Amino acid sequence: MLEALSTLELTPFVLSFKLAGLTTFILFILCLPFAWWLSQTTSKTKPIFEAITALPLVLPPSVLGFYILIILSHNSPVGAFFDEYFGIKLVFNFSGLVIASCFYSLPFMVQPLQSGFASINKNMLEASYIAGKSKTQTVLRVALPNMKPAVMTAIIVSFAHTVGEFGVVLMLGGSIPGETKVASVAIYEMVEIMDYTNAHIYSAIMLIISFLVLLSVYIFNQKNRAIGQFR
Amino acid sequence: MIKIDIKKELFGSQKEMTLNIDLSIEQGEFLALSGVSGSGKTTLLRILAGFEDAQGVISVDDEIWLDQKTTLPPQKRAIGFVFQDYALFNNMSVLQNLLYVKKDEALASHLLNITELSELKNRHPNTLSGGQKQRVALCRAMMGEPKLLLMDEPLSALDSKMRTKLQSEILALHKEFKTTIIMVSHDPSEIYRLASRVVVLEQGVIVNEGKPKDILLKTSGSQKFSFSGELLDIKKVDVIYVAIVAIGQQLVEVVITQDEAKNLTIGDTVELSTKAFTPMIGSAVPTR
Repeated sequence: MLEALSTLELTPFVLSFKLAGLTTFILFILCLPFAWWLSQTTSKTKPIFEAITALPLVLPPSVLGFYILIILSHNSPVGAFFDEYFGIKLVFNFSGLVIASCFYSLPFMVQPLQSGFASINKNMLEASYIAGKSKTQTVLRVALPNMKPAVMTAIIVSFAHTVGEFGVVLMLGGSIPGETKVASVAIYEMVEIMDYTNAHIYSAIMLIISFLVLLSVYIFNQKNRAIGQFR
Repeated sequence: MIKIDIKKELFGSQKEMTLNIDLSIEQGEFLALSGVSGSGKTTLLRILAGFEDAQGVISVDDEIWLDQKTTLPPQKRAIGFVFQDYALFNNMSVLQNLLYVKKDEALASHLLNITELSELKNRHPNTLSGGQKQRVALCRAMMGEPKLLLMDEPLSALDSKMRTKLQSEILALHKEFKTTIIMVSHDPSEIYRLASRVVVLEQGVIVNEGKPKDILLKTSGSQKFSFSGELLDIKKVDVIYVAIVAIGQQLVEVVITQDEAKNLTIGDTVELSTKAFTPMIGSAVPTR
């Protein structure tokens, strides 16, 4: 056991966290304006966008992975475009994983942000407009600082969910060591070749990290709620 | 001089109605907007602030805020807005709330001085009482040195003592800055103390306007006191009947006849009046 620990290959974990960090960062930037729009709009098209956003929650990862694979492969216009003009291949490499993860974790970023924005007192936003501030300034200086638990939840859960993805990653990335072989895929392969010692260690690490992440979110939110009650 | 001539279709909870307001307000005037709920008062304020659109014209001095071609966004209108629920920025201190509007420390500390908030300037809104919050909101609204200050039932969430105190502060601010003010209020004593003119709305149109004294004193000329209240209970005491009526914040007992008792149901809105007497007036001993 100790021997196994000392020779433990950490690359899959590094890869998992790099992927999750990058995905969370990209999603946060992209979802901020989108979630804001969803929370403020009275447009009749809103349910359509909400349904699309929630799709990754209900679709089997294989279905999601299959479609993304089709769209990004060099046979499709999108894949061909990137290949031809930028020389980037989007499948079976790390950038493909990032794109796929962004779709896969989309609802986990959008939904907490949207409900966070919706919970902000409308009058507070209007007071900011009256103070001459633009919508962007209002979001950054008034809305976001008043919904820290929602921002925290969105970021942490998106991150954790990306670390925990498996199906989409396997379909889009395969299992190329150091490139697309993330922790979840590595565990799958260990079980397949019946390397239970390493599978145990990897799984335990994943379990502990995931638990600690979720625990920290709930502790943070409980503290914030306690402050909220004091108001 | 502010000229308002607007129209807007409203889809209320009860029925559709048209808000149709034609009003001009002198520079420095303190206008109270009164009327039952659902009569369009808040909508009018929101249209003036630019939160809702409408057809027609709004002009302030020589500036057009609204006409067929232009609709100035709230950011471009020189307004202050005091919300009923204060709507302070909870992530900022009292002083930061004011400076968010305009980076003018001198004006901020002057306003905080007038409203006796200087000592609280580094506190956060969620540690303040309702009255303190509303004073901060008032200061914040004045920070942009607005041409028009809009207040939507600013004092209705406060107790009567705090209300009186804030009324004096609003008066002091109005005196010093000569800001034109439109305030939505249901409280006759508040309107009487603060406003120079009162406009009564009903179903989206102006049904009455004039000096508060003329509009609010319903019984002018006759020696009659009249209050409306809610009938809470009727008790039989020996051979007489006693009705308990809630008038404003006060409960009173009134002796009624058996016939009267028969015709009344608990929960009715009743009119309580008395005639031909000499009212006695003395200063009230504060009970709090």
